[in-house]
Amino acid sequence: MPVTLVKEKYPSKVGEVVLGATAAEGGTRTSVIRVGGDGTLPFLQFEGSVENRPIIAMEVTDIVPPWNDTIKEQFGDVLGNPVAMAKKCVEEFGADAIYLKLIGADPEGENRSPEQCAQVVKDVLAAVGVPLIVVGCEDPEKDNEVMAAVAEAAAGENLLIGLAEQDNYKSITAAAMVHKHNVIARSPLDINICKQLNILINEMGLPLNKIVIDPMIGGLGFGIEYAYSIMERARLGALAGDKMLSMPMICTVGYEANRAKEANVGAGEFPGWGELQDRGILWEAVTAAALLQVGASILLMRNPASVRLVQRNIADMMEQNA
Amino acid sequence: MIIIGERINGMFKDIGEALRNKDPKPFQHWALKQQEGGAHYLDVNSGPAVPTEERPEAYKWMVNVIQEVSDLPLCLDSTNYDAIEEGLKLCKRPAMINSCPAERAKIERVFPMAVQYNASLIGLTMDKKGIPKDAENRVAFAMELVAAADEFGLPMEELYIDPLILPVNVAQEHAPEVLESLRQIKTLANPAPRTVLGLSNVSQKSPDRHLINRTYLAMAMAVGLDAAIVDANDDALVDAAATAQILLNKSIYADSYLKVFRTR
Repeated sequence: MPVTLVKEKYPSKVGEVVLGATAAEGGTRTSVIRVGGDGTLPFLQFEGSVENRPIIAMEVTDIVPPWNDTIKEQFGDVLGNPVAMAKKCVEEFGADAIYLKLIGADPEGENRSPEQCAQVVKDVLAAVGVPLIVVGCEDPEKDNEVMAAVAEAAAGENLLIGLAEQDNYKSITAAAMVHKHNVIARSPLDINICKQLNILINEMGLPLNKIVIDPMIGGLGFGIEYAYSIMERARLGALAGDKMLSMPMICTVGYEANRAKEANVGAGEFPGWGELQDRGILWEAVTAAALLQVGASILLMRNPASVRLVQRNIADMMEQNA
Repeated sequence: MIIIGERINGMFKDIGEALRNKDPKPFQHWALKQQEGGAHYLDVNSGPAVPTEERPEAYKWMVNVIQEVSDLPLCLDSTNYDAIEEGLKLCKRPAMINSCPAERAKIERVFPMAVQYNASLIGLTMDKKGIPKDAENRVAFAMELVAAADEFGLPMEELYIDPLILPVNVAQEHAPEVLESLRQIKTLANPAPRTVLGLSNVSQKSPDRHLINRTYLAMAMAVGLDAAIVDANDDALVDAAATAQILLNKSIYADSYLKVFRTR
């Protein structure tokens, strides 16, 4: 008896979002990146189209980041120099995009002005040709000012900017609409708030294909399974025709994975866990690999050694299996 | 839940007159208005407004004038299969055929036509002798329709079985039988056939029609109703459909779920 391959038929697909703009499109990027667009579960090319491979955007900070030494060592003297750091991520580590985190804006820290922040964005835009993802310092009031300045300074570059949240989405959405950028919609591990936020942003007039979902993942061992099931549910919703959940998903892998003790303490303290060097790399890589299986389109990563592993994982998963 | 708007029907005076006078305005008005209300399909029925021999031409005309203003797929409602076929030829999006009873001669005419035009098909659980009283006989007819889908190669998801609801004021005992039929129809095949009701029938000549309609709709959805031919501009009814869909976990909850149900 012959075996028939079971193929699911989905009535809809994930929306496609374009990041960046070339000179012809009013920007200065050397190429654009498309994410999303898939008509099937992740990597199941035998039953639907996998339009775009997931991408890795590497984390770059405007001031020296508070990361652990095993990661910092890999960057050497470029830390605190966002231009050199971004160049290294693209040229040496092969990042698809740059995830610029303006932590220097934090009122509790360096409290840099919106103009200073916008200048950093312009400098990084001048230094690399890949698309940029830009977020503030996670102080809601300050971020509203910072991101408005950034959006204006980078008009035409089609950035992906964040963060829009349920109780604070209007000003960043307005900035994105006026200056034609994309927005990250963040919800706290809650599919209902996720959907509602997309509706609210869309009601302001920002098209659905300018929104990316940030489900606020948990790292490996710290709630990743909640994120995993929510992302799976969103993906199934998108494939079933739920337009308000059909956006590509972005995951803050580097931040969440590297908050874990397992990614930070050495074998001296926890001999049973083995060497920190390997463990730290794998903690971030495994977090990323798991989320790729439920439809992550954009991975925001930090550790260059983890990035290398996940790049290989993506290449393997993208091999034709139809 | 698939809402099939019932308003474009020659039984309504404005549509009947417009069809006789070839006036596209009422057709286009109701197409847009029902779309706004939340309809996913537009039922199209000439009613008795034109003589049988003119119906194929009438369906061609109706399909064209409606498609001038609306992209919604159409549900071609007639017992005149030549009229339906003329309409199908012009439909820009896969249509629905309304309907075919469990009678062999009609099955042989209609099922291949549905396959040929990539259309969905509403199958009625009745034959020449009429509508059965109990669930058992309704389900027996449903099984014949399921077998016909298999025989003629109509995908099971394109078959909508209608267990035929009757007015509650004169045929009260049918209402629970129809619910039981809906439940059983969903077990007849895998994937299951879909189900549909001409919902407004349940409240014919009763007071508070809207209340009866939406209450029965929620009850029927709980036992597996996939689609209903209804008044798409009955906001309370569309709200009930959206809410039942949320309570059945068929679409993901968001605070604006009533609005989302109406957008596409």
